[in-house]
Amino acid sequence: MASGTETTATSYITHHLTYNKMEIGGLGTIHIDTLVTSVVLGFIAFGFLWWVIRGATSGVPDKRQAFVELALDFIADQARNTFAHGDVNKFVAPLALSVFVFVIMMNAMAFMPIDIFGWAMEHAFHQHEWRGVPTADVNTTFAMALSVWFLMLYFSVAVKGIGGWMHELFCSPFGSKFWAWPLNLLFNIVEYVSKPLSHSLRLFGNMYAGEIIFLLLGMWAATGIVGTIAGAVLGAGWSIFHILIVALQAYIFMMLTIVYINMAHEHH
Amino acid sequence: MDLNLTMLAQAIAFFIFFWFSKKYVWPPLLSAIAERQSKIAEGLNAAEAGKRSLVEAEAKNESAMKEARERSQAMFSDGERRANQLIEQAKLTAKAEADRILAAAQEQIQLELNKAKSGLREQVAQLAVAGAEKILKREINAAAHAEMLAELKAQL
Repeated sequence: MASGTETTATSYITHHLTYNKMEIGGLGTIHIDTLVTSVVLGFIAFGFLWWVIRGATSGVPDKRQAFVELALDFIADQARNTFAHGDVNKFVAPLALSVFVFVIMMNAMAFMPIDIFGWAMEHAFHQHEWRGVPTADVNTTFAMALSVWFLMLYFSVAVKGIGGWMHELFCSPFGSKFWAWPLNLLFNIVEYVSKPLSHSLRLFGNMYAGEIIFLLLGMWAATGIVGTIAGAVLGAGWSIFHILIVALQAYIFMMLTIVYINMAHEHH
Repeated sequence: MDLNLTMLAQAIAFFIFFWFSKKYVWPPLLSAIAERQSKIAEGLNAAEAGKRSLVEAEAKNESAMKEARERSQAMFSDGERRANQLIEQAKLTAKAEADRILAAAQEQIQLELNKAKSGLREQVAQLAVAGAEKILKREINAAAHAEMLAELKAQL
C-alpha cells in the first residue's frame, strides 16, 4: 500500500499503476513486476503441463490428465478448424497452446485482490510497487503480438518466397495492374501495422480497464461502511464477469494468432 | 504507454515457453492421444467382431438344438416302434409256447387215457374171464376158450 503519507484517490490509483522499474545500464528500463510475474506464471503453467504429460498414459487417463487433454484438444480443434495449410501439430497448434496458456495465466492474475496482493508483495518481498497483471502492461501484449507478427512475416516469406511475398505486397488485393501497385502497397502496409496494434491493444485495453475498475471499487470501499459493502458486492460481481473477459481475451488472442499465421500461408 | 526493454524480455520469455511446449508438451500428449484413439478403435472392432461371432454362435446353437430335437423325436418314435414290435413278438412267442404246452398236455392226457383204457380193458377182461370162470368153472376150459376171450378183449 501507499507510503506513510495520507492516501488520496489519485495517489492510490497512481500507486497501483506504477511499475516496479529497473534501469539496465544504458539499455533502457525494465519492468521487474511484469517480467517476474509472467515468467513465474509461465513456469507454473508449462511446468504443470509438462508434469502431467510426463506421466501421461495412453490408457485410461486420470482426472488431471483428462483436464489437460481436454484443454489441449480444444486448442488443437481450433487450430485444425482455422489453419488450412498442412499439419497443425508441427507449429500452429503448439503456438496456439503456448499463447493461450500464457495469456490466460497472465490475465487470471486480475483475480488476485489488488490490495492484498500488493500488501503481500510489500511485506514478503519488500517490493513497494508491484503490478500483478502482466497483460495490463502494453509491453507484454506488444511483445506477444509482435512475436506473432514476426512469425507471420517469417511464414509469408518462407512459404511464398521473397518474390511471392513482394508480389503479394504490390498486387493484392486490387490486382496486378501497374496503377494499382502503390494502392496495394499502402493497403498492405496499413494491414501489417494494424494487425499487431489491434492484436495487442485489444488484450491490453481489456485487462487494463478491468484493473482500473477493480481500483475504483477498491477506492469506493475506503469511503465508509456503505462503500465497503457496495465495493465488495460489486467487486465480486466484476470478478465473476471478469472470468469471462479473462478467458475470452485469451481465446481471442489465440484465435487471432492462428488466423494471422494461416493468412501468412495463403497465396494471393 | 510506456514501451521499453520489458517488451524484448517478454518476447524472449514467450519464445522460450513456446519452444518448451512445442518440444516437451505437445508431441508426447499428442502421441498418447493418438495411441488411445487407436486402442479405442481396436476395442470397437473387437466388440463388433464379438457381436458377429455371438450371432454366428447363436445360429449354430439354434441349428444344433433343432437337430437334437429332431433326433430325439426320431429316437423316441423308433423306440416306440421297437417296443411294439417286441410286445408283438413276445405275444407270438407266448402263444406258441402256450400252444405247445397245451398240445403236450393233451398228448399226455391222451397217453394217460389210453394207458388207463388198456389197463381197464385188461382188468375188465380179467374180471370177465374170472366171472366166466366162476360161472363156467367146470365146463369151460380156460385154455380151450382163450382164443375166444382174447377176441372179446379186443372188442372192449
